Amino acid sequence: MAARLLPFGDDRARPAAPTPIEISVDGVTATGVAGQSIAGVLLASGRLDWRRTSSAGAPRGLFCGIGVCFDCIVTVNGDRDVRACMRRAADGDEVLSQHDSLPEVTA
Amino acid sequence: MTRVLVIGAGPAGLAAAAAARARGASVILLDAADVLGGQYWRHLPAERPAADERILHHGWSTFTALRDRLEADAGCEIITGAQVWAIEAGTDAAPTVHALIGPADGGRRRGRSFTPDAVVFATGAHDRTLPFPGWDLPGVFTAGAAQAFAKGERVAVGHRVVVAGAGPFLLPVAASLAQTGARVLGVYEASRTSGLLRGWLPKPWQLLGSAKKGGELAGYVGNHVRNRIPYRLGRAVIAAHGTERVEAVTIARLDAGWAPIPGTERRIAADAVCVSHGFTPRLELPIAAGCRVTGDGFISVDAAQRSSVPGVYAAGEITGIGGADAALAEGGVAGHCAAGGDPSDPALRTTVRARDNASGFAARIEAAHGIRPGWQSWLGDDTIVCRCEEVPYGRLRDIAHDTCSSGLRSLKLSTRAGLGICQGRICGRTVEHLLGTAGGADPVRSDRRPIAAPVRIGELAATLSPQEPIEHVQGKGTNV
Amino acid sequence: MVTDVLIVGAGIIGAACARTLAEAGLTVTVLDRGAAASGTSAKGEGNLLVSDKGPGAELRLAQYAASLWPAVTAQLAEQLGPRFPAVEYERKGGIVVATTEAGAAPLLAFAGSQRAVGVDACQLDVAEAIALEPELNPRITAAVHYPEDAQVQPVIMTEALLASARRSGAVVHTGVEVIGALRDGAGRIRGVRTSAGDISAGAVLIAAGPWSGEVAASFGTTLPVRPRRGVVLVTSRMPHQIFHKVYDGDYFGATQSSDASLQTSSVVESTAAGTVLIGSSREQIGFDDRLRVPVLHELAVKALRIFPFLAGASIMRSYGGFRPYMPDHLPVIGADHRVDGLWHASGHEGAGIGLSLATAEIIAADMLQRTPPIDPSPFRLDRASLSAHLAEVA
Repeated sequence: MAARLLPFGDDRARPAAPTPIEISVDGVTATGVAGQSIAGVLLASGRLDWRRTSSAGAPRGLFCGIGVCFDCIVTVNGDRDVRACMRRAADGDEVLSQHDSLPEVTA
Repeated sequence: MTRVLVIGAGPAGLAAAAAARARGASVILLDAADVLGGQYWRHLPAERPAADERILHHGWSTFTALRDRLEADAGCEIITGAQVWAIEAGTDAAPTVHALIGPADGGRRRGRSFTPDAVVFATGAHDRTLPFPGWDLPGVFTAGAAQAFAKGERVAVGHRVVVAGAGPFLLPVAASLAQTGARVLGVYEASRTSGLLRGWLPKPWQLLGSAKKGGELAGYVGNHVRNRIPYRLGRAVIAAHGTERVEAVTIARLDAGWAPIPGTERRIAADAVCVSHGFTPRLELPIAAGCRVTGDGFISVDAAQRSSVPGVYAAGEITGIGGADAALAEGGVAGHCAAGGDPSDPALRTTVRARDNASGFAARIEAAHGIRPGWQSWLGDDTIVCRCEEVPYGRLRDIAHDTCSSGLRSLKLSTRAGLGICQGRICGRTVEHLLGTAGGADPVRSDRRPIAAPVRIGELAATLSPQEPIEHVQGKGTNV
Repeated sequence: MVTDVLIVGAGIIGAACARTLAEAGLTVTVLDRGAAASGTSAKGEGNLLVSDKGPGAELRLAQYAASLWPAVTAQLAEQLGPRFPAVEYERKGGIVVATTEAGAAPLLAFAGSQRAVGVDACQLDVAEAIALEPELNPRITAAVHYPEDAQVQPVIMTEALLASARRSGAVVHTGVEVIGALRDGAGRIRGVRTSAGDISAGAVLIAAGPWSGEVAASFGTTLPVRPRRGVVLVTSRMPHQIFHKVYDGDYFGATQSSDASLQTSSVVESTAAGTVLIGSSREQIGFDDRLRVPVLHELAVKALRIFPFLAGASIMRSYGGFRPYMPDHLPVIGADHRVDGLWHASGHEGAGIGLSLATAEIIAADMLQRTPPIDPSPFRLDRASLSAHLAEVA
């Protein structure tokens, strides 16, 4: 276990009962609550990384959390390079992870 | 009526908007997020109301009062989800500001351009995290990420969490993590006791980010005691370990120059590590407007918070890392003066005094927690420096050596450090220091980004009509 | 300090000249008031083109230049070793397309005139063009393939040329500004005054790109070179979908016109880093480097006419540079007929990266009194097409 969403019943901030939403991530359904970012849904569903780097193919996920580092980018409903930490998840969003390999140079 | 555009809706921007309205200007307030509050008051969205949200924040009533006042004010148009992507500098006039409005990074945002009489930049800062071996592993976050997801989503980024770096901000991050159900294994502050005493002894209550005595200090200390979070000085996370994700960290004692002391390394199992060594101001917009930057990398302002460009004001962290109280006061002065007021106006006396009282704060943080050069000795040749382009330290150093280059721009182009999609926001200042180009003839350095945020070619081609900036309309409404 | 040749400017022209002259056995000193490769050389796409040049002297220079690139880049790679970053030379070829009915015939006629002087310019039908570039707009009206067009990473190339020059003994001083000339009693230039002291030199070569006019003025003479601003957009990394340099035919009109108002035409290509470069604009607005949104807007509109799929690509960066522009659209390469001891190598406008190696060979032949590799007379300062402009500036 790693990241998790604090169950609303345990939260001293006394939140109202959340509204569930479903998004698709690489074809697999992930459930979240309305108002979460896509990164929030991914983290709370147990996923810590969702991108592979171009050179090393290393895993990346959330890093700065406030839209600065672009490590968490995903494709959302066909739009590439969407910062998962900035974009609110909408019910039915189709999210694809990105791996943009470097071009083969044919000199 | 003077038309004031405020960019950024954190403490400085909210205070600026309110002060400009109080002075009689019409105001447009922009923020890239879809709620007000900035990073300091990052909070739950409207879809997730919480009865006692105030317990997660400091100064929450200040925020809600500012927010409620501006939202109810027909003379203040609030536009959230507004990503400013370009600024066209004027000639002896305030700049033209171009924004895209819509869901973050969506492909069909609406372009809107503004030609105000005055602009207040209140764009804030983001965490500065120094590289260390393994910092690119999933499970390593900035402290700001942990804070944002705790306060804004009620998500704890890990179960067993190490918090490390430098600065008073680490304490509220640890508190937020604990309040979100994480077990914080320890807070590791790189500065040693002597440095903290040198920086903070004259006004110890300022240590915790507030100019107020009492309140916040008691809050954080109380929280630490309750949750039994160890707070250790003179220590750093010098490596994160794992293959596909972080599994453990190595913590070492540091000397006064932040060099790890051999033989003091200790390995701790953890599933998340949150590391920040200070803040980097977000300068690209004021730089695009032509504002002068100080030698230490902040926007230069006068007593009216006025920059070197006529009609352009700056407030908050972009003028010096001073915390929320300083930002509120600076925003108040900036908004009032942008609306045609003067810092000597009686109505501004309290705000000016608050601003001036907070003015030593940035220097104290730097004295107590400022980055010391010894950290470079924890880098390995294969430690990634630029996360986007995966440039390791050894390659950066070798290319700098082999090309004999002294120019930051040419070194970036030959090493690719800072050329990736974050455009050097994370590694820029680190690369400057590693290459020895910091503080050179060009103070703007890696913070110059004429394209201030990615814009899609389709949006640029179809939705913008740059010849005819849309008029500064009065009226309110939130466009997402 | 004494040197055979003093070169003002550590951009690609100065670097190429330094390397060639140092290899020929001369002592060479290069000065730049900024860092190496920090001006025009760092602000372009790295175009090595024959496709944009009509029959004439500049095309002959470009054809000669194209013959030099493969060997020089191979020599640099061998000399500097694997640790030195690759210069990313790639002979990827160019495809020029017309996007309007009216544009088709001039493009094909232009290609025909180039073929007559030995350019490999192969007319393609739409299906053939799309076979080479699958994402190309199928509504194009004509296309020509230029296999000789190539690309290089201009900053790394400049640094590589300087590193190679250093290995032949050249000395490069950055952060040193030239403030005047040292002259002897006969008025011959014998060196330069700099912010770091005087340097005696047997020959002084101005290779300061658009700033060459300023340097000439500090020497008490003139050079009618002017800055012309060009802006390039860079996308974030994306899947590799563009395989050649692809331009629209408007490019010719832009390079050969003197109209100061904004001109744009699309030049779209991928880089080795996976980004896509979109150029290019040309404006004569002095040394004003402020971003102008209408320029970006027009570049985007024209890029989409060629590659509609780019609508979803994100621009993450733009950069603008100043191209050194001569009133008769030809570079100045060779000795100054008015001032003994002074040479020029500038005014290449947007073609300086591609023409750098050829320029260096002509300069070296001129200085060493060897047989020039091609006829240098069209590039001399005393050519007829410049005489009015020399008088005007003087």
